[in-house]
Amino acid sequence: MTPTPAPLLEMTDVSIAYRTRAGLAPAVSGVSLTIQEGEVVGLVGESGCGKSTLAMASLGYLGRNGQLTSGSIRFAGQDIASLTREELRRLRGPGIGIVYQEAMAALNPSLRIGTQLAETVIVHRGLSFREAQEAARATLAEIELPDPARIMAAYPHQLSGGQLQRVVIAMALLAQPRLLLLDEPTTALDVTIEAGIIDLLTKLRRTHNTSMLFISHNLGLVGQLCERAAVMYAGEIVETGVVRSMFSHPRHPYTAGLMRCIPRPDLPRSLQRLTPIRGQVPTPHEHPIGCSFAPRCDHVRPGICDHTAIPLVSDAMASVRCARASEITSQPFQDRVESLAQEGNGTLVTVDGLDKVYPLRGQQRGHAVRANQDLTFEAARGRTLAIVGESGSGKSTFANILMGLTKATDGRLLFEAIDLAQLPVERRPAALLRQLQMVFQNPDETLNPSYSVGAQLGRAVRTLGVTQGRAGVQARVRSLLSLTRLPASYANRRPSQLSGGQKQRVGIARAFAGAPKLVVADEPVSALDVSVQAAITELMLDMQRTQQTTLIVISHDLGFVRYIADHVVVIYLGMVMEAGEAECIFEPPYHPYTEALLSAAPTIGSQRRQQRIVLTGELPSALSPPSGCPFHTRCPRKLGVICETERPPEHQSEGGHRIACHIPMVDLGRMQNDAMRLSRP
Amino acid sequence: MSDIIDAVELLPSATARFAWLRQIGRSKVAVIGCTIVGFWILVAIAAPWIAPFPPNQSIRPMASPGSLDPGGAVFWFGTDNLGRDILSRVIWGTRTVLVYAPLATAMSFLVGMTCGLAAGYRRGWLDELLSRISDLVLAFPALVLYIIIVSKFGASGLNIVLAVTLASSPAIMRLTRGLTLALRNRAFVAAAQLRGEPAWRIMFVEILPNAAGPLIVDACLRLGYVVVTIGTLGFLGLGLPPPNPDWGSMVNETRQFALVFPHMVLFPCIAVSSLVLGLNLLADGLRELVTQE
Repeated sequence: MTPTPAPLLEMTDVSIAYRTRAGLAPAVSGVSLTIQEGEVVGLVGESGCGKSTLAMASLGYLGRNGQLTSGSIRFAGQDIASLTREELRRLRGPGIGIVYQEAMAALNPSLRIGTQLAETVIVHRGLSFREAQEAARATLAEIELPDPARIMAAYPHQLSGGQLQRVVIAMALLAQPRLLLLDEPTTALDVTIEAGIIDLLTKLRRTHNTSMLFISHNLGLVGQLCERAAVMYAGEIVETGVVRSMFSHPRHPYTAGLMRCIPRPDLPRSLQRLTPIRGQVPTPHEHPIGCSFAPRCDHVRPGICDHTAIPLVSDAMASVRCARASEITSQPFQDRVESLAQEGNGTLVTVDGLDKVYPLRGQQRGHAVRANQDLTFEAARGRTLAIVGESGSGKSTFANILMGLTKATDGRLLFEAIDLAQLPVERRPAALLRQLQMVFQNPDETLNPSYSVGAQLGRAVRTLGVTQGRAGVQARVRSLLSLTRLPASYANRRPSQLSGGQKQRVGIARAFAGAPKLVVADEPVSALDVSVQAAITELMLDMQRTQQTTLIVISHDLGFVRYIADHVVVIYLGMVMEAGEAECIFEPPYHPYTEALLSAAPTIGSQRRQQRIVLTGELPSALSPPSGCPFHTRCPRKLGVICETERPPEHQSEGGHRIACHIPMVDLGRMQNDAMRLSRP
Repeated sequence: MSDIIDAVELLPSATARFAWLRQIGRSKVAVIGCTIVGFWILVAIAAPWIAPFPPNQSIRPMASPGSLDPGGAVFWFGTDNLGRDILSRVIWGTRTVLVYAPLATAMSFLVGMTCGLAAGYRRGWLDELLSRISDLVLAFPALVLYIIIVSKFGASGLNIVLAVTLASSPAIMRLTRGLTLALRNRAFVAAAQLRGEPAWRIMFVEILPNAAGPLIVDACLRLGYVVVTIGTLGFLGLGLPPPNPDWGSMVNETRQFALVFPHMVLFPCIAVSSLVLGLNLLADGLRELVTQE
């Protein structure tokens, strides 16, 4: 038996607190975590659980008001707390590198990428400027950025989000760190770009043997990248263990709860059911005695859970901080019980050849961005239609035309019998406005910060003409609050006193204030924590069921789409690639683009259904879209010249399933089924 | 009718909206500023009772501070060349400043905020037109503008207000326009549009309250500038027609004697400076509170 080598990073019983007006606020308490040389460890949990604080503490960086209150952090045998300012400076970079979520904010907007990359090398490795530039170029090539010379000469604003994130990773790598901290590095990116970054990290780890601490709220990504993971809740580690067994048999109710919040793109909706975790992460000042998760736990037993602090108990497989871990078996998934069968009766929205062209001004006069091209599809009454695509694909442009916030250039958009394509919102009659409402993406912008929740809902009720009179309006506001499961007393609260999920609930209540026929939701859950996402998803489905509303949901999250949608339209560069019943879209044959999106979507299920397809390159600019099939520049199933020159024909099967591709549907299906069979063990 | 109900319903939150104003005690700077400004406001209100002499009565020319009048009362600040008590004139002069400066500032904000909201929310040709007009006014030296207006239409309180409004509303318009541009794409504005709210309501009810913080800070600073401006106009002989006491004209009327009798210009100057200082401190303190929010 070989002795285990000393870990690279060793945190022992670390507690961190922030000094605030109200006294010391504990952010992390009693965390022990080790990372071996060459190991990738995941750190999972909702926001506000102390993940980032822990990462920053390992860099010896806690800001002015943070302090290590107990425990020790050792990196390669050195105690971080004992280092001088100069030693810390030398540790950051060559010892521990960090990649943040916001790549744009991590780079200086007024310096060229090449200069910024070279700086790192000059500071940490003492090379000359010329040698540093050479090293930077080599690293850019290594992280698979095409045309490194162009990237080096570019300013940050000239690059896309995915390219910037790669640049930031390159910058961290240039210092040749032994440990790389990745703080939600892909959260702001599209799935296809995210899949590329995750592949890159996997490769880097193989070639450089760099250790990584991967912080994410996305359990699927953690499953792909890490062997071991730690789940944090309210500043404590509640479960650690090997990812594979943790995901198939979660031991702590919080881990299981998180997993039940995530809809899976690889399971039909009839087989899954989201169970949101009720309540919220406690603030540092209101930690309950005993188990901190107890107020939100279904397995809580008075006398056992709320009595004394619960220790982290380890066995051969994992460590769990739960007093009842041996008694309870938490199921990661629950089968859907209620029937979803809902009869659609007819079509509510018909989109027919819709075009939207934005002519450009200034230097690029004469050019135009074609945001929507010849969109054609229908939304059935009382059902949910999802529009899927990467950012920049024209999804939101379509929503804006539908809502009258912008006008279409050509084509028709029928809502019942009214053509909305050229009808801006100011010219729509009140009766029409009432029937079309919207749920917005960003919970912080959806409500007016100046007015109370009740005032805003009341205004919506009154203007949308449901009831008049003070008593009637107030009654309706109360019923809307209770429909969205908010306490009636929240009518007097201001938006700043609500959490993100609560604001989103009020946004949904406002959209449903006038009993609309159609609600458009633009990425309604993407800005929320996983546990909140599940609750909001269930709420929207509930509201739809009770109010018989048609939903058009815009999303890039395929798990969410599969869970919520009856019909799906896949858009790429403003064109429909595939459309049909949701169950058709998620099974072969699918369009090569859908195939790539599905393969990129991280799932927590251990069995990968097929080979991973990682799209090369970026979404082409809508300013000069590729000729022929718009997807040919990135398509892994490209046939040849025909894809570059001719617009693909639209094949249609009998279920109304449409695919725009040069490859016939039957052939696509055969190829994709083969690929799936090949990759099965 | 429905708007009256709105206003009533919005009241509890409208007070909550300015919660940061109630925390004014947390900023030492703001408290000092408030005290100075409050002092002058009290002086203006109490002028008839605290001024020892009538402001325009000639009693004893060229008396130094502290000397006695024939009846035995003290000229604390001395008298001017025409024998009027400077303390009494400073006290009565407070009224001039504290009536016309806020009036002019309020007018400027009314015009500037309305134009800025319209330009920022409507965009297009209206924005172009208003922005070009404001550039034109801003490109003109403000002092020349005042001189032209006041000498053309005569020196009166109303003309001072009009001149200040014309000269300072473009800057307020720019500030409001910028704030509006940042707010107009928020989802709550789109939500209001989707409810069919009229444009004026979106501008004044949905957008304006969220821009209030920076605008209030700017108002305090601008009030200070306007105090200085009114002083300047008075000094140039473009203020209120004599013999009305006004800090600027007091300096103007006695400046030939300033070398021999510095008290004649000193006290009105201190009055102007302290009021402006108080307003600036108040603005600084408010800015701190607004950014904390």
